[in-house]
Amino acid sequence: MSDVSLMVNGKRVSGNVEDRTLLVHFLRENLGLTGTHVGCDTSQCGACVVQVDGRAVKSCTMLVAQASGSTIVTIEGLANGAELHPVQAAFKEHHGLQCGFCTPGMIMTATDMIARHPEGLDEATVRAELDGNICRCTGYHNIVKAILAASQAMAKGAKGRAKQAA
Amino acid sequence: MYAVNYHRASSVADAAKLLKNGDAKLLSGGMTLIPAMKTRLAAPSDLVDVSRLKDLQGVKVSGKTVTIGAATTHYDVATDEKLKKACPALAHMASLIGDPAVRYKGTIGGSIANNDPAADYPAALLALGATIITNKREITADKFFKGLFETALKEGEIVTAVSFTAPAKAAYQKFRNPASRYAIVGVFVTKGKDGVRAAVTGAGEDGVFRSKEIEAALAKTFDASALDGLKVPAKGLMSDLHASADYRANLIAVMAKRAVAAANA
Repeated sequence: MSDVSLMVNGKRVSGNVEDRTLLVHFLRENLGLTGTHVGCDTSQCGACVVQVDGRAVKSCTMLVAQASGSTIVTIEGLANGAELHPVQAAFKEHHGLQCGFCTPGMIMTATDMIARHPEGLDEATVRAELDGNICRCTGYHNIVKAILAASQAMAKGAKGRAKQAA
Repeated sequence: MYAVNYHRASSVADAAKLLKNGDAKLLSGGMTLIPAMKTRLAAPSDLVDVSRLKDLQGVKVSGKTVTIGAATTHYDVATDEKLKKACPALAHMASLIGDPAVRYKGTIGGSIANNDPAADYPAALLALGATIITNKREITADKFFKGLFETALKEGEIVTAVSFTAPAKAAYQKFRNPASRYAIVGVFVTKGKDGVRAAVTGAGEDGVFRSKEIEAALAKTFDASALDGLKVPAKGLMSDLHASADYRANLIAVMAKRAVAAANA
């Protein structure tokens, strides 16, 4: 057994867990954060993607013991109260989902992708960057549209904030 | 996954000590080891996590000499600005591994110590004539990669870094399995002071290997046209549900041509 301590969505959490506990199981079963999904359980589908120290990784392929001491953001940590995160809002606006199972992972991957491409995104880049997230319903079309729209909205928001600050 | 004891090493020396526990294994990014443990293909008694050791992280470029810490992630290799200038082919190769989430975790040391017959790094290091540095010695890539999932590493030996001289020209091309993202065939070619080297991954029954045929043809003229009509022997190549040995032999020539064209571009 190991003592683990992490920052999850801005809150300090800890637990005493079996060393083999996967991060995704700790999030879902110990913390009740069931927004993070287990899809394929073989590191391929991306339904379990969360951010660990600012990097979007597959929480089904990481022990919680490895993540101890890290800062985690899950899908539950994105919205600001009732106000959706711009990526969530864009998925809603562009209907970037059907059954919704892959959506939390898609959104966590998308926020990371947008942060890594402050110069903006194009369709080819979005599709290439979605390599590790599988959706079996949508054909990706509206997911790509949503991510492109969110990227533009966030760039505008950043410019607006920069103006205000100036 | 069977029960396991997790340890976080505080230094390379500490990791070497912790490795003496039962049937312990080193854990770096865990992108292969954790899935293998989940399917019970691997069942170490103990895991020694070296991924947070600062000594094992980062890319250093000094003149033409490139040194990469063993726990440097594929993402950090792919995006390192100094490396993109010194040896863009290797940064490009790292950007083709797995998917973005995997590249954030997987490491160069983990990849080469595992020596998967379809992994990308073994081909790169073999073609670059790299040196693998461990906590005990230095091993040339030619001697390091022994066979399927087999390396020259001894019990308790830890890869700490890899080092190579940046070649004048280099490129990597791979034909990916669309499901697994692993190479069905990947070819890394380099042209440096000591001549041309061409290493092939994904295809050999004994894992990564240098192609004599490609190297001989390119030694005369380092141009894609030098490989026109080249027949790579299918003997010793893998046949599986993804591709026959003959198909792989043909793909080796095709990927080598593309790699040379990219290296000259």
